[in-house]
Amino acid sequence: MGYRLEVNGTVHEVQVPGEMPLLWVLRDELGLVGTKYGCGKGYCGACTVHLDGATVRSCLLKVASVGTAKIHTIEHIGTSAAGERLQRAWLEIDVMQCGYCQAGQIMSACALLARSASPSDAEINAAMSGNICRCGCYNRIRSAIRIAAGLKEEADHVA
Amino acid sequence: MSPEPLSRAPIARRTVLKASLLAGGGFALDALIPLPASALAAARGEPAARAQLSAFVSVAADGTVTIVSKNPEIGQGIKTSLPMIVADELDCDWSQVRITQADLDQARYGEQYAGGSTATTRDWLPMRQTGAAARAMLLAAAAQRWRVSATELTTSRGRIFHRASGRSLGYGAVASAAAAVPPPDLAQVPLKDPSEFTIIGQRVVGTDSARIVRGAPIFGMDTRLPGMLYAVYEVAPAYGGRLVKADVEAARRAPGVRHVIPIVGNGDYDSGLADGVAILASHWWLANEARAQLAVEWNLSAARGHSSSVYRANADAAIAHGPQADLRVDGDAAGQLATAAKRIGARYDYPFIAHAPLEPQNCAARFSDGKLEIWAPTQTPQRGLAALEKALGIAPASVTLHLTRSGGGFGRRLMNDYLIQAAAIARAVPGVPVQLIWSREDDMRRDYYRPGGWHSFEAGVSERGELVAFTDHFVTFGDGKTTARAAGYNTAMPPAGLVPHLRYSQSMMPTVVNTGALRAPGSNALAFASQSFLDEVAYAAGTDLPRLMLSLLGEPREVAAPGGGVPFDTGRARAVIARVLEVSDWAQQPAGSRRAKGFAFYFSHRGYFAEVVEASVAGSDITVHKVWVAGDIGSHIVNPMGAENQVRGAVIDGLAQALAGQAIEFVDGAAQQSNFHDFPLARMPLAPEIEIAWVRSAKPPTGLGEPALPPVIPALTNAIFAATGTRVRSLPIRLHSA
Ligand code: FES
Ligand code: FES
Repeated sequence: MGYRLEVNGTVHEVQVPGEMPLLWVLRDELGLVGTKYGCGKGYCGACTVHLDGATVRSCLLKVASVGTAKIHTIEHIGTSAAGERLQRAWLEIDVMQCGYCQAGQIMSACALLARSASPSDAEINAAMSGNICRCGCYNRIRSAIRIAAGLKEEADHVA
Repeated sequence: MSPEPLSRAPIARRTVLKASLLAGGGFALDALIPLPASALAAARGEPAARAQLSAFVSVAADGTVTIVSKNPEIGQGIKTSLPMIVADELDCDWSQVRITQADLDQARYGEQYAGGSTATTRDWLPMRQTGAAARAMLLAAAAQRWRVSATELTTSRGRIFHRASGRSLGYGAVASAAAAVPPPDLAQVPLKDPSEFTIIGQRVVGTDSARIVRGAPIFGMDTRLPGMLYAVYEVAPAYGGRLVKADVEAARRAPGVRHVIPIVGNGDYDSGLADGVAILASHWWLANEARAQLAVEWNLSAARGHSSSVYRANADAAIAHGPQADLRVDGDAAGQLATAAKRIGARYDYPFIAHAPLEPQNCAARFSDGKLEIWAPTQTPQRGLAALEKALGIAPASVTLHLTRSGGGFGRRLMNDYLIQAAAIARAVPGVPVQLIWSREDDMRRDYYRPGGWHSFEAGVSERGELVAFTDHFVTFGDGKTTARAAGYNTAMPPAGLVPHLRYSQSMMPTVVNTGALRAPGSNALAFASQSFLDEVAYAAGTDLPRLMLSLLGEPREVAAPGGGVPFDTGRARAVIARVLEVSDWAQQPAGSRRAKGFAFYFSHRGYFAEVVEASVAGSDITVHKVWVAGDIGSHIVNPMGAENQVRGAVIDGLAQALAGQAIEFVDGAAQQSNFHDFPLARMPLAPEIEIAWVRSAKPPTGLGEPALPPVIPALTNAIFAATGTRVRSLPIRLHSA
């Protein structure tokens, strides 16, 4: 089947079965490998992308269900003001260890900031709890979101 | 600059260097043989303007310094920290530095390995010498140009200065002349006094971080080759299963599928090639979907009876029966127990757990004209080569192995099973590049698990509250002669060497399940059992665990480890314990009911760590409020930015093992858990504030990937006891609501 997808502002025609999850269309058809496979079942959030600005688990979303929604991925997120602030905050305190989860983390954080410009810790925990970081970078993910939101953030607490 | 005492250590003699590899792994002579710049540029497709000073260091005319990172990067930060060490001795500015990842080439780079927190210990001095040697070559070239003695020259931030004449130049200006200078003797090359370090100890952002936040393709999973097919490899549902027959016709007709290939392995399903059926398709999802169309008959007889319930019953029987063998006997523990004023005993156990790195196992491979090219996220590429030769008969000389970044390791990628599978599949379709990707379910069910274990402890306490005797009967897995991989005991485990009467003993039962090293192997489980039981001993003796540990540790001294292991420095142990008590304000227990602090100490992978956990319990829910960590990994923290991340990651890893419900159970050799719903990982709300205090002893720096993990679990279980009076003697923690 043929589908028209608008990804990161570019329209692509893809010939794939409609059942194929968007994740694999992005990775194996369009070569956008920044979006990651972690579980394939909606548990880990590594595959998070934006559909009209809202987060979706691309491993669960059939390409036939995307319709005309605009898709944005990690490769493009730096072009938005919030995305760019998040990327800078991520680098300021070097959030990552292995880095594999971070595309999904940033996509979720970006959607959070769009909803709530200065999120509380409870809001951050709630918004981010669908994204697993196996390396356990959670403290810095929380801090980086606060930094990107312009909230006061104490320097990494080290004696 | 004066050579500092550390330079007495590993690299001592030129003659040793000439033999190419140092004893104990390390450093290749090739590393100091300059290559013709043209040959190198041709090989790498880079402008010839870069002058190669050694295998690790090249300098471009504009002063850009390129440093090769030799070890696999799995998230431990080595691709940043080892180049930092080189760059510091080279005395350049970190902003001048570019880092490239080496392919596997141990003759050229020395040991290339990620595991056991070994790299910093092994590479600290050689990496310093590498940087210092390159600097010496640049100085010699500048001295020639100015017709002065090199001893009159100084360096700073990538520039060379001749104070007497007020002249200076950048490294780039003499780089190509320096490449022609004979490399100096590594053992003689002057090293900085540590007070002169400008990069080591700074907070440096990871080499790949900027690419990661943009989603750039740097992981094994991101490998893309022209014309590549995606593969899955269906293996038997239980360990040790053999392929009987496979009907592959339906799968072959499935959408997108190009090849379906039954592969009979070499019978070694542990470190060789397991039997399986490969499906190759245009998209990975199509290959994975086609698995449902396979009709495969497996012989699963080898796994019959290998169930968790059977293992538990075997352990009970072994404990009732008494140990099969003694591992360490000091004094007369049985006699002392019989006469002790107080005698206490308890059983502890913990389950099999999976590594579950977030990037599933994967490997890309292309086999053409008898040559194999591989792109792999692996912690042990050299072992991968050896395993390839053994399983597939492909000679190492015909293999090129590119190291990709790994989306987590935790010990899983010490094993190269997926690499061998990818190579076997690629060989079946010569000329076609193949990327094998395991599904999460494959990854969860085909791990080399941290093995479960059982302990039966006893301790005797004297009238005066001293620990006089200590015994542990450990029940583990093995063939009766040798324990299974990562299922062994640590006979140096405290309180061994600190208590006069001690007996460590063991029983084994067989398993078909693959076991392996998981972050802080051995220690991650032994610390839980032994430090929790010692907390029981402390209560029985009318004291607390930190006080009991301090009294056992006694005067600062080195306690030898049996079999020539790393000696245990009681002074370093005392210092981290004192520090954590201070920063956590241990004497002050938190207000509120069912809320308390717990403590534990452990020494593993050369690192000394004492930790305090503050937790509260409501019903069966446990909340960890804060964790304090005091650690001693030597004189320098190479990159505090990465080091703090390693510590926090290890703490959260341990908390997840204890609290998230992690356990792999088997029925007839088949793992029952398959994904993150039934093998949960830590999520953000679990992560408490974690405060880190470094104790810097005057010892060479050692690794940090592992030693911060072991103490956190017993510190938590001891906090739960302090808060509730309930002992946690089994992992994962499952409290019944009060
Ligand atoms: S891969 Fe989609 S949620 Fe894990
Ligand atoms: S950084 Fe490794 S999974 Fe998050």
